[in-house]
Amino acid sequence: MTESKTSPAVESSLTALAVSLRGVTKTYDNGVMALGPFDLAVRNGEFVSLLGPSGCGKSTVLRLIAELSAPSSGTVRVARHEGEVLPGHGIGFVFQEPTLMPWTNVRENVRLPLKLAGVPKAEGRARADAALASVGLADFADSFPRELSGGMKMRVSLARALVTDPDILLMDEPFAALDEITRFRLNNDLLALWRSLRKTVIFVTHSVFESVYLSQRVVVMTARPGRIQADIRIETVEPRGEEFRTSAAYSDYCRRVSAALAPSYSEQSTL
Amino acid sequence: MSAQAPVPAKSSHAQRAMRFVLPVIVFAAGLLAWELVVRIREIPPYVLPAPSIIVLTLIKDWAVLSQSLATTLATTLEGFVAASVGGIALALLFNQSKWVEYSLFPYAIVLQVTPVIAIAPLLLIYLEQQTAVVVCAFIVAFFPVLSNTTLGLNSVDRNLAGLFQLYGASKPQTLRFLKLPAALPYILGGLRIAGGLSLIGAVVAEIAAGTAGAGSGLAYRIAESGYRLNIPRMFASLLLLSLAGIVIYGVLALVSHLVLRRWHESALGKEN
Repeated sequence: MTESKTSPAVESSLTALAVSLRGVTKTYDNGVMALGPFDLAVRNGEFVSLLGPSGCGKSTVLRLIAELSAPSSGTVRVARHEGEVLPGHGIGFVFQEPTLMPWTNVRENVRLPLKLAGVPKAEGRARADAALASVGLADFADSFPRELSGGMKMRVSLARALVTDPDILLMDEPFAALDEITRFRLNNDLLALWRSLRKTVIFVTHSVFESVYLSQRVVVMTARPGRIQADIRIETVEPRGEEFRTSAAYSDYCRRVSAALAPSYSEQSTL
Repeated sequence: MSAQAPVPAKSSHAQRAMRFVLPVIVFAAGLLAWELVVRIREIPPYVLPAPSIIVLTLIKDWAVLSQSLATTLATTLEGFVAASVGGIALALLFNQSKWVEYSLFPYAIVLQVTPVIAIAPLLLIYLEQQTAVVVCAFIVAFFPVLSNTTLGLNSVDRNLAGLFQLYGASKPQTLRFLKLPAALPYILGGLRIAGGLSLIGAVVAEIAAGTAGAGSGLAYRIAESGYRLNIPRMFASLLLLSLAGIVIYGVLALVSHLVLRRWHESALGKEN
């Protein structure tokens, strides 16, 4: 079973772990081993990318952390700050698809987590509007999802994940379906949000470039069953901006990450 | 950001108008030909009444026919409401428990595939006539509501379901805020079919009941006029039944459009 409590000593430490997975494996009902054994420790406020080939269990890691699925063995620990009682409110989840309810407007979509937790309507709406403002969509609260572009829908999805003010943000290839220009803009906005809110972010992606641009650490995974191939720290001048994207350091990191990823791809050719 | 008013090109305006005008022209031409054939060949009204005679009969017999129309519509409405409530409730029950679904679904199918015209005489023996007629309308109409609602409740986006799970939604919350809205387009589609079918069910039952002698619905008028060779009244009753069917379909289509117009593909313009 998933454990949710951590010892008070760990919580009080400044470099406390937000998430830790130890010896975690996941085997599906059909006998396919998707993950592991897998170990991962993410500190509070850290931005970590999980990078790997399709089917290596990246999304499974997020689902395990979010308790949407239980590990077959090993332990998953997620730190909770004191007084946090509402279910799921310590974690925000952004799916690959915007995953919005088409039958209601943007504000109601963002308010959903609060509504489910019984937060009063007026307060919920105010918080939803604040979350929408933080992703630059204050003017679209009354629009319906179908009236928005792909990038805007993704922003709504992000606002919904932020509305509960979670400590941890889990993002499952959120920008994969967007065009490159929209993706670059959303990357910059996400970095700005991360700098101001200091959430712990675990970001799943297929893109070497995106992982290097965004994260403090890139965790490269092997092909199925996913294990850790490499754990590469990205150190550069903060805050990052477009100039990082064109710097020599950036392309150097991209080369290193690609090199770490290469064996996973050749392994995968046997699938 | 008002995407509500797509600006159609002029040609599509004309096209839409033609879609309405052309059938009307065909209808008028058909009526005219019918009228002419009857007059020129001097066909007697008890063989084939001219359209003008049918309309005159409709006016002359309005007192009787309107009464029958009201009876048939009341039966149809009761059957429709019973089918809607029953179909949706049963689908919700199936959705809550697989065991209930496995136990009962085969019987829902049996009820659907057995011709109602064959069941009606039996129902008329065991039930009071008015009840039997409503039950027939219900039997014919409830299956599309049941199967469409079941389909809709099972068509919930997997990620949205995960999201509800993540935020600790209770079963009633998931039903109310996720499953029912997601199923709404399917349910409305089922209701649209059920509207026409409950009219058919009511008519079939009335005809079966008519031989028992006490009915007064439009279908009974058709049967009765047939025995009396009052062919103009037969046509007039048929005309009213057709109109009733068209109105029922139109009202349900309108309701469906109004409910879904802001979000569902089926109610949106074709341009995007």
